Amino acid sequence: MDAPTTPAAHPEGLDAAPSGKRSAGAPDYIKIENFSFHYGANQALKEISLDIPERQVTAFIGPSGCGKTTLLRNLNRMNDLIEGVRHEGDIKINGRSVFDPALEVISLRKRIGMVFQKSNPFPKTIYENVIYSLRVAGQSDRKKLDATVERTLRAAALWEEVKDRLKESALSLSGGQMQRLCIARAIANQPEVLLMDEPCAALDPIATAKIEELIIALKRDFTIVIVTHNMQQAGRVSDLTGFFYLGQLVEFGDTAQIFRQPRERQTEDYISGRFG
Amino acid sequence: METTNKTPRRAKRGVGEPFIWVTAVGLSLGMLMVVGLLALILVNGTAVFWPDRVEQVNIRAESPFELRGKKVFAGRLVKKQDRILQDIEAREAAERAGVWPQEFQYFVGNKDAYGLSFFYIDGAAIAAREQPRDIAQLERLEYGDAFGYFVGLRLKDGATIPAGDPNFLPQLRALNREVNERREELSRIEKGQIGRINHQLQRLALRQKEAGNDAAALAPIEAERQELQTRYETLAKTAGELRARQSENQLVYRLPAGDERTLPLGQLIDFRFPNQLGFFERTSVFLHGIWKFLSEEPREANTEGGVFPAIFGTFVMTLLMSIAVTPFGILAAIYLREYAKQGVFVRSVRIAVNNLAGVPSIVFGVFGLGFFVYFVGGTIDSLFYSASLPTPTFGTGGILWASLTLALMTVPVVIVATEEALSSISRGMREASLACGASKWQTMQRIVLPAAVPGILTGLILAMARGAGEVAPLMLVGVVKLAPNLPLDMTFPFFHLERKFMHLGFHIYDLGFQSPDSEAAKPMVFATTALLIGLVIVLNLGAILLRERLRRKYALGAF
Ligand SMILES: Nc1ncnc2c1ncn2[C@@H]1O[C@H](COP(=O)(O)OP(=O)(O)OP(=O)(O)O)[C@@H](O)[C@H]1O
Ligand SMILES: [Mg+2]
Repeated sequence: MDAPTTPAAHPEGLDAAPSGKRSAGAPDYIKIENFSFHYGANQALKEISLDIPERQVTAFIGPSGCGKTTLLRNLNRMNDLIEGVRHEGDIKINGRSVFDPALEVISLRKRIGMVFQKSNPFPKTIYENVIYSLRVAGQSDRKKLDATVERTLRAAALWEEVKDRLKESALSLSGGQMQRLCIARAIANQPEVLLMDEPCAALDPIATAKIEELIIALKRDFTIVIVTHNMQQAGRVSDLTGFFYLGQLVEFGDTAQIFRQPRERQTEDYISGRFG
Repeated sequence: METTNKTPRRAKRGVGEPFIWVTAVGLSLGMLMVVGLLALILVNGTAVFWPDRVEQVNIRAESPFELRGKKVFAGRLVKKQDRILQDIEAREAAERAGVWPQEFQYFVGNKDAYGLSFFYIDGAAIAAREQPRDIAQLERLEYGDAFGYFVGLRLKDGATIPAGDPNFLPQLRALNREVNERREELSRIEKGQIGRINHQLQRLALRQKEAGNDAAALAPIEAERQELQTRYETLAKTAGELRARQSENQLVYRLPAGDERTLPLGQLIDFRFPNQLGFFERTSVFLHGIWKFLSEEPREANTEGGVFPAIFGTFVMTLLMSIAVTPFGILAAIYLREYAKQGVFVRSVRIAVNNLAGVPSIVFGVFGLGFFVYFVGGTIDSLFYSASLPTPTFGTGGILWASLTLALMTVPVVIVATEEALSSISRGMREASLACGASKWQTMQRIVLPAAVPGILTGLILAMARGAGEVAPLMLVGVVKLAPNLPLDMTFPFFHLERKFMHLGFHIYDLGFQSPDSEAAKPMVFATTALLIGLVIVLNLGAILLRERLRRKYALGAF
């Protein structure tokens, strides 16, 4: 990350984020309440409380190891897979606790798409990768699948590049294309929430720009939570930003406000690259 | 061994260099041993079929050597070696003279006349060696090959054709073809048709036993039996007639020492003049010999003829074993790796499985005999085949039990390989699938297993290689020296899993160590060994090709 970057140096980046220009849905669509999380003896999150509004982009920033991924993975209960974890507090999506024992975790995950920090396409064709979530849901209507593939790949800005090679292995794509394919896969069954963990970490500026455009376009339909180490990116794409440090939520608020006049000293230091 | 990333390595290179040499030497030695072994087996195994020249040897009158009282014989030179001299004086004399006495081994055939087929003779006792053009080699149904000179044909109508007659050879060829065809016809009748009738008769006997004293049920059985009996008698009569015709013409030939012998033509399989063959004819004899070896049934206590039943038995057994071991091993591994709660128990199960791979195979044989044959087989017999007891059906060794025993023996290999393959599938891929709303089983089935298939197949290949070459446990659970029938044939129900079978590995053991004339069996041992290795290679290549295809297929996800 190019270090001493002040928000003032990139006014256009901020203006590009159309916060407040469009009416968002429920302001507390995802409600995180006093949430703490432990990996065995290691506490990764400490009493986090924040509300994520519907159909906006919320960015999590913070130094490495501060718990951004941990929080993100709790939203679709991916952390269930890890042994010896424990949590306190609650996370509600649309008023319903994700930890509700009566809630089926599979149906929860069907409503939440996820893009991982490291792109992880399946060793299948591009086509099969995109429609994977439909396949596991039992969808086999060829016309519907074809339509989904085209619509989704267009949304992920990948259609033009791959439309003639849908039957080729996804592993033959470039890194940036793979990441966009993973995004396409995550939105194929039209989830309500899209979680993105550093989607641009391994991409060049052009691919990054494409994905950023994509995020901005996607928020019309999805509630997006994105983890990023790239301050300009957070500034460009997000409406709200949360700054995490050592498992705590230091500051959360409107992106423009966080970048222009952070309330906390730590936030300011981190954003301006004077951290540590 | 070279690393492109030189900076951090440079300091250590001076130290590492000799070690690289050591590893290279290790590899070369290993390769050398493998290649040497394969070459030895291949050369010895195929040399058997090469038609060597036949020599006529005259023995010095004054030497004590003689064959059946005669000082002349003919044979194929097998080897020439230095004599082992026990006597110190003789040894010193040999050293002084600078020539070590030689010893020749000849394959003299004519076992019916000589009572032996290999003859050792001192080099000094040989007066002359020549290669007579018109000496013939006769391949016979019994007593192995004969070497001699043709005298004539004695036909059924009393006429004789002397060997000098221009009609002699064409006539002999025609008659030879005729008896060979008749022999095939005979085996079709006796093995096929009469065998089927016997089978039906046995089943009728069982039905009769079940029917007890019920006259209404017995009547149709009796009628059917009568009909089968008549059919059997007609066939037996035809067979008898054919058999009689096999010996109506006779070939007369003369041993090198002069005595004449007659051979019913039915006993003659083939003949040739080994000293008249050109290179291409010899090649053709060679290839024909290999083909007969692969396609025919053994004769003469397995030392003659082919090994087809053994090839077939090995193949079917390995296939059955793979069919049994694959699902079993894969399911066990999936449970161990993916579903069982990892803890002390699972760890100890894993250790036990690994140790199972080190248990001597004969132990599995004993277990297979006790569990599969006596317990499972015995139970099956008492439940479903009680009518034919006390003759066991499944309660005795058979190809099914042998396959299952080997499956048990090789299951650790499959489990370990499958676990390895499963654990190599990245967590990211599994998480991606789960995040798409797939259940754990769907993730297994659609993502993890397809990606693990190549690794699993590698395990299966190793298991097959181990299973196909195993002999010891088989001797306890169903392999035999000579099985009358193949485990797969045209009589209902086609697969006869309870049958005993022949196996190449056991065939080698039997030829090499159990045969009355181990010298005669030696070439067959090499040939069979080469074949067993070939079969294992073919099976493995098949599995490797399958793996490559699946790898490509699953890489594209056309699941
Ligand atoms: N599977 C795990 N088991 C144990 N501890 C973990 C596990 N995953 C993460 N942690 C710990 O939890 C803390 C938070 O990790 P997390 O991955 O959430 O950080 P992050 O903010 O995403 O960092 P980065 O920006 O480097 O991705 C770290 O101290 C990490 O060591
Ligand atoms: Mg992270």
